[in-house]
Amino acid sequence: MTERDVMEYDVVVVGAGPAGLACAIRLKQRNDALNVCILEKASEIGQHALSGAVVEPEALDELMPSWRDNPPEICVPAKKDEFLFLTKKRAIRFMNPPQMHNKGNYILSLGGLCRQLAGYAEESGIDLFAGFSGTEVLFGESNNVIGVRCGDMGVAHDGSQGPNYTPGVDIHAKYTVLAEGCRGNLSKQLIAHYGLDADRSPQTYGIGFKELWRLPEGRVNPGLIRHTMGWPLDRAIYGGSFLYHLDEDRVYIGFVAGLDYRDPSFSPFEAFQQYKHHPSVQPLLQDGEILSAGSRSLIEGGFQSLPKLDMPGALLIGDAGGTLNVPKIKGVHMALGCGMSAADHLADRDTTAGFDEVFRASARGRELHKVRNIRPGFRHGMWRGLVNAGLETVTLGKMPWTLKNEADWSSLKKLSPRDTTEQPYVTRTLPPRDRLASVYYSTIAHDEDQPVHLKVRDTSICATRCAQEYDNPCTRFCPANVYEMVDDGADGKRLQINAANCVHCKVCDIKDPYEIIDWVPPEGGSGPNYQNL
Amino acid sequence: MKIIVCIKRVIDYNVRVQINREGDGVVTDGVKMSVNPFDEIAVEEALRIRERGEAEEVIAVSVGTSQSQQQLRTALAMGADRAILIETDDDMQPLVVARVFQKLVEREKPGLVLMGKQAIDDDANQTGQMLAALWNRPQATSASKLELTGDSARATREVDAGLEVIEFDLPAVVTTDLRLNEPRFVKMPDIMKAKRKPMETIALSELSIDLPTQLAQSNYEPPPERQAGRIVDSVEELVAALREKGVV
Ligand SMILES: Cc1cc2nc3c(=O)[nH]c(=O)nc-3n(C[C@H](O)[C@H](O)[C@H](O)COP(=O)(O)OP(=O)(O)OC[C@H]3O[C@@H](n4cnc5c(N)ncnc54)[C@H](O)[C@@H]3O)c2cc1C
Ligand code: SF4
Repeated sequence: MTERDVMEYDVVVVGAGPAGLACAIRLKQRNDALNVCILEKASEIGQHALSGAVVEPEALDELMPSWRDNPPEICVPAKKDEFLFLTKKRAIRFMNPPQMHNKGNYILSLGGLCRQLAGYAEESGIDLFAGFSGTEVLFGESNNVIGVRCGDMGVAHDGSQGPNYTPGVDIHAKYTVLAEGCRGNLSKQLIAHYGLDADRSPQTYGIGFKELWRLPEGRVNPGLIRHTMGWPLDRAIYGGSFLYHLDEDRVYIGFVAGLDYRDPSFSPFEAFQQYKHHPSVQPLLQDGEILSAGSRSLIEGGFQSLPKLDMPGALLIGDAGGTLNVPKIKGVHMALGCGMSAADHLADRDTTAGFDEVFRASARGRELHKVRNIRPGFRHGMWRGLVNAGLETVTLGKMPWTLKNEADWSSLKKLSPRDTTEQPYVTRTLPPRDRLASVYYSTIAHDEDQPVHLKVRDTSICATRCAQEYDNPCTRFCPANVYEMVDDGADGKRLQINAANCVHCKVCDIKDPYEIIDWVPPEGGSGPNYQNL
Repeated sequence: MKIIVCIKRVIDYNVRVQINREGDGVVTDGVKMSVNPFDEIAVEEALRIRERGEAEEVIAVSVGTSQSQQQLRTALAMGADRAILIETDDDMQPLVVARVFQKLVEREKPGLVLMGKQAIDDDANQTGQMLAALWNRPQATSASKLELTGDSARATREVDAGLEVIEFDLPAVVTTDLRLNEPRFVKMPDIMKAKRKPMETIALSELSIDLPTQLAQSNYEPPPERQAGRIVDSVEELVAALREKGVV
């Protein structure tokens, strides 16, 4: 057996996103004597963070009242909201939905915010370990969580121990807080282990893309926020774009598509790139330059899909549970708030038990309950979704029903021979040319000499059953071109996994129709290095 | 014997370096910074020498902004015993840095100074050589192998024609090449230990070094974009294409 160092803490937090950082900081604010550490798989705090992000500041004010004195690298007050419906050629202005009013909010870089919170955390005596992933949950004798194991370093591609092999440390803690964000690898295991999602609606997700551009001088209108629905998505797909004008001639541009889409030939990446060529967008970007780009899944199930957030010895917080407010596409304030509630719960009651109820009854839990029916209303297409959303909004979510979600892996329809995979798309001229070119803007670090971290349990169906039924959708839904069907040298095809391109979005783990792909963390410090996304 | 290892904070090698809007520097906001990879190799080599019992102390030193403490902490977490930061917000050129190191060498009297053969940001490949000259001691640059034998050492250098083996007396300056070793991974308990190791900060102004600026940087521009290639079918076509370009 491998000899492992053991480190003891009162609380170990997995994931240095807004939820994890807020929880750790609040714990120290409540009780300075606590020993708290945070694990983060990115090589530095904030390098895996990708969000919009238009942020409601109340939770931040509560956690760190002085945050405005030393704001994140990108921090622009929201000024004006626009909501447009796109057809292929036109942009029609709609009334801005009430949940999209952003007065008083800030457009931030989530990475910058995390770095700022991390500085504060470090000053408060929290141990931050960037470049270390939680890869296993450690269980105690009474089936309780007693900590996490960090990934080994220096394992060769074939699984053997390389010359610099360094076994991962075991962290033992009284409480383990999972703050891994959307589709966390440990959270997924724990939800299954304790059946935390029993009698909940299945979870549902979206895929988000984002690019940071620098434009020729004089085009931006700092603080302008524009959202669109419609083209190039057909009405069956829930999603749309965001475009946030920043300072210094920069804009954030991004796109979100619900992963409950049915058409296996749909390519979310292509949809985003098409949107950038809409006549209402292209002139803005023309001759600009991409500074950074990436992609991340979002958790969209809302209140009815939220698993039980507590279990013996551990808590799920933020998007590891699924606290994102979907109609607003705002999860940062929810993650911060949920992290603080978790810390208060542990400080007040010294137990994980009961946190689920406490969170649901809290102001943030009620906020989620109120909007619970809006996202599932879009299952039946955009127009019915919009009508339902209007109804739910004016009635403040007081309708006596709760609409159900459906698991995204099950939503693809099988291809029939009549299906064409041709889409009525325009020829693109703006960068990036393709997914590989886009990955280049994510500055990925990934030592090739390590085991493939995308565990496909059965690759024998790729060239046969999956090819026939769905034409290998992994080759389209992955934003980084990790999955490719290549010649196997014997007149057939086989799956090739370009693991070094992976941007840790977790979409394959969610959308693969046979549920056979498991995303596990690669060697700590691997993955994208997003610059202010 | 003491070993001084010189390290520089640089933009991480994975980052796509971009020129800023004003054109007078590169973008560093939100950009990952690291220990210069060649310097990391130097740290590793120093630690291995100490672990073999051929040195007692490894001192990591850096010249740069207060943020360079991060990189010095990395060296401490790898195993260096203490660190010294010469703090300055000015842009540092090799001769000034070599002069700073000269002061430190006079103070600490090491038996060996190790540093990367070059920093991956300006690729100057000068500081080690300049330090050796100022200190008036031998130098072995671009070492891919290093053996110590009491008062002298033997280094294998990667040179254009192949490998060159040189012997020299200690104290000396050795600059490291890529193949010298593969740096270890930092362990979590060692990160904690590093927080308690001594880190001394000295303001550059306290060293009373005269700081001539040899080079003035006027502006930054990206390299011209490469033209797309073209595949030709025959030698004739190739020759014709080359003629057309005026290269033959
Ligand atoms: C495209 C897009 C646009 C969005 N727009 C907005 C917006 O405008 N406003 C808004 O408020 N919200 C927005 N959101 C949602 C918001 O980003 C999330 O709700 C929020 O980031 C969730 O915070 P979190 O701390 O729970 O998780 P995350 O921010 O995802 O952080 C989780 C952290 O844990 C780390 N981690 C995961 N697993 C491990 C492991 N096993 N070991 C170690 N580390 C691990 C990750 O690297 C990451 O740093 C958007 C999201 C997306 C994808
Ligand atoms: S392999 Fe999976 S997690 Fe990685 S980028 Fe592709 S879809 Fe995302």
